[in-house]
Amino acid sequence: MKCQQCEKPATIHITEITGPELDELHLCEDCGKIYLSQQEPASDSTMSPQFKLIEDADELAALQQQVCEICGSSFYEFRHSGRLGCPHDYVCFETELEPLIVNIHAATDHVGKRPKRGVNSSEQQVVLVRMRQEMKEAIEREDYETASSLRDQIQELEEQRKPS
Amino acid sequence: MKLEELARQSSEWLRGSGPESDIVISCRIRLARNLANHPFIRRCSDTDLAAIERTLYETLQSEPKLQDVGYVNLKMLSEIDRQFLVERQLISREHADSNGARAVAIHPEEKFSLMINEEDHLRIQVMNSGLDLDATWEQTDAIDDVVEEHLSYAFHQRLGYLTACPTNVGTGMRVSVMFHLPALVLTQQIDKVFRSLQKMNLAVRGLYGEGSRAMGDFYQISNQITLGRSEKDLIQQVSDVVPQIIDYERRARDFLVHENQQDLHDRVSRAYGLLCSAQTISSEETMELLSSVRMGVNLGLIENLKIPTINKLFIHTQPAHLQKLRGTELDTANRNIERAHYLQRHLQQDGADAAENN
Repeated sequence: MKCQQCEKPATIHITEITGPELDELHLCEDCGKIYLSQQEPASDSTMSPQFKLIEDADELAALQQQVCEICGSSFYEFRHSGRLGCPHDYVCFETELEPLIVNIHAATDHVGKRPKRGVNSSEQQVVLVRMRQEMKEAIEREDYETASSLRDQIQELEEQRKPS
Repeated sequence: MKLEELARQSSEWLRGSGPESDIVISCRIRLARNLANHPFIRRCSDTDLAAIERTLYETLQSEPKLQDVGYVNLKMLSEIDRQFLVERQLISREHADSNGARAVAIHPEEKFSLMINEEDHLRIQVMNSGLDLDATWEQTDAIDDVVEEHLSYAFHQRLGYLTACPTNVGTGMRVSVMFHLPALVLTQQIDKVFRSLQKMNLAVRGLYGEGSRAMGDFYQISNQITLGRSEKDLIQQVSDVVPQIIDYERRARDFLVHENQQDLHDRVSRAYGLLCSAQTISSEETMELLSSVRMGVNLGLIENLKIPTINKLFIHTQPAHLQKLRGTELDTANRNIERAHYLQRHLQQDGADAAENN
């Protein structure tokens, strides 16, 4: 049997009893882990299930709107597929991902091997994203001088980032 | 790379050498890596996939230390050939079945394979017979360094190596050890062992990553956590449970030998008899029977049969291998007939060779 969210074989079988009907889920290990780590108990146990549902719907709508500047993926898409869209998603969805990562790994910080070069790449990428955003805003308010200076800086940074 | 030549040789991971090779089959380490300047696979267009594949291909080509690898373009490969690589564990099932530009670079003795555009852009996996995780890590680390000299990996100062699935973030490393545990299955203790391993954050999978009921009683045990611990720690975590599992399986075998000798001997002999004389046989049944025979040989209940022969039969009787060895495509019914003949030929020949040597 295939996982309902990706192509891997389903190894985790979950029966959810939330409403009048039983929901059966067949997931692979990775998707299962993500699914289960999202099933955190509500912080306030007195909250009625309906209320929780509405809150979830609002949350979901908000999540759907938030999109990674680099790849255009939403967090909602990640929840659906179990796979992120690009390395920058880790920065863009940091707040949403953190509890999940803590649930899976019981840790927040990498210990171990580091690349000997290109270590700054993700930070650089964040800088680039911010500059692109600023450039867009400058264009919108017709501040072309700032925009063109930003454009040159972006180009320079991108040149540096190219692997030698 | 000629896949036909691979078909005839024994996979490194099923060579079955090293101490306690009756229970510990092999070990493997894999690293998940992604290129910094590309989206992850899910978000890749065909052009993106092709560009990543090209970049990695050129990197491997230009690197003298990786000159002897065979480069196989999966997109151009027939379904049987892809299945064949899955059976040899050189690629994963998802890698075989997905679409778009993807490839695998294979060491000539199958000691490592580099999967390109699997779930992550690059997956480095190194395999060794027996249990030598330190040497396996050294090789993995070295390949990773060599690749990294040419390109920038997606890396985050705090989170480490960034992977398509957050379950792999950090080291991107999975350390696994493959065991043959027929006695624990037979005595119905396997689930108990698994539950205790899961409590220690270790995952258990079958031979091809399947769930509860593993093919041929082969089980892989691996780390689940990849973040917050060093590579050495993760290796230690997996190594630490190996002696325990060996001990459990030994005790289960002792129990069977002492308390159930007759049943055990009967089971093993029947399995051997079936394999030697069946006229048509499925892959699943073959795996199950070979598992009993393997244990029987290791416990001295069957003579005239060598473990390497059985190890090889586990893989040579898989559907794609049978067809590659036969050199023609076969449907399920014909495969089952061909499999039965193949088993007869090799079991009888091995028996005859052993008798001659005595």
